[in-house]
Amino acid sequence: MSNVNVYQQRPDAGHAESPLFHAGLDELARKGKSSAGVRLREKKLLGHLTLRGDASDPDFAGGVHKALGLELPVALTLVANGATSLQWLGPDEWLLIVPGGSEFAVEQKLRAALDGQHIAVVNVSGGQTLVELKGPKVREMLMKSSIYDVHPSNFPVGKAVGTMFAKSQLVIRHTGEDTWELVVRRSFADYIWLWLQDASAEYGLAIEA
Amino acid sequence: MLHIFCPHCGELRSEEEFHAAGQAHIPRPLDPNACTDEEWGEYIFFRDNPRGIHHELWIHAAGCRQYFNVTRHTVTYEILETYKIGEKPGVTEASLAAKKAVAQGVTA
Repeated sequence: MSNVNVYQQRPDAGHAESPLFHAGLDELARKGKSSAGVRLREKKLLGHLTLRGDASDPDFAGGVHKALGLELPVALTLVANGATSLQWLGPDEWLLIVPGGSEFAVEQKLRAALDGQHIAVVNVSGGQTLVELKGPKVREMLMKSSIYDVHPSNFPVGKAVGTMFAKSQLVIRHTGEDTWELVVRRSFADYIWLWLQDASAEYGLAIEA
Repeated sequence: MLHIFCPHCGELRSEEEFHAAGQAHIPRPLDPNACTDEEWGEYIFFRDNPRGIHHELWIHAAGCRQYFNVTRHTVTYEILETYKIGEKPGVTEASLAAKKAVAQGVTA
């Protein structure tokens, strides 16, 4: 195994604060409305790992499959198995999201399976968060916010793109018929949260814990 | 607003997602220490400013974050092709001139 400095980076449960910690989503969830066109839930404190390597190398693809049980997704797609998802970010870059707390073990497993190869695995859990949007009006809200065409003919379930959103950048993932996910960087999280509240206002916004 | 084909994402994306990064196909001198000041200055500072076909480097900043090459017409701003780094351009000033000559029935 390489001599890369790999260590447990997750703070104690009591000290971990997600990028939307200050918004007090748990408190807002208790005041939820009954009918809302957009339901928002922060999937907070998950393990985010960026994985880089040579997609055309069968050893790399095989090693990833061995460690994760997931095939490397092709351009603009996302594969998932339970709470673990692997997303294409670029021709040599993927985003792996695993249940919170398991990222250190998964990273070590990946490193073991890809030992000796020219790869990178970086824990970026603290740098971004995942926001899930559900509901019949989510697509309309996305249409207002992003320049990307979110019509189902162009954006089927299982597609994931990095694009412009509200003049900033994030990744939009279509995970179910009425379910979308946004991968939001920590420094943009407050801005995106304010934008989402404003853009969802006309459809009704409910927060889920 | 232009739609630019990203050769890595494999689809047309909005211009907002991209940034231009200057002229393409500028090889770094293999041995910088052996360069004269003039050669090194040429490599670092001097760029073409053609009226017509220009090969440029662009980055898909909001998408796959990869650099790629674009052949663009500097007068019409028409983007004639995009291709990955390491590939040769299919449209050049010479290829367009040859096409024009054929269209006019000129034989070399």
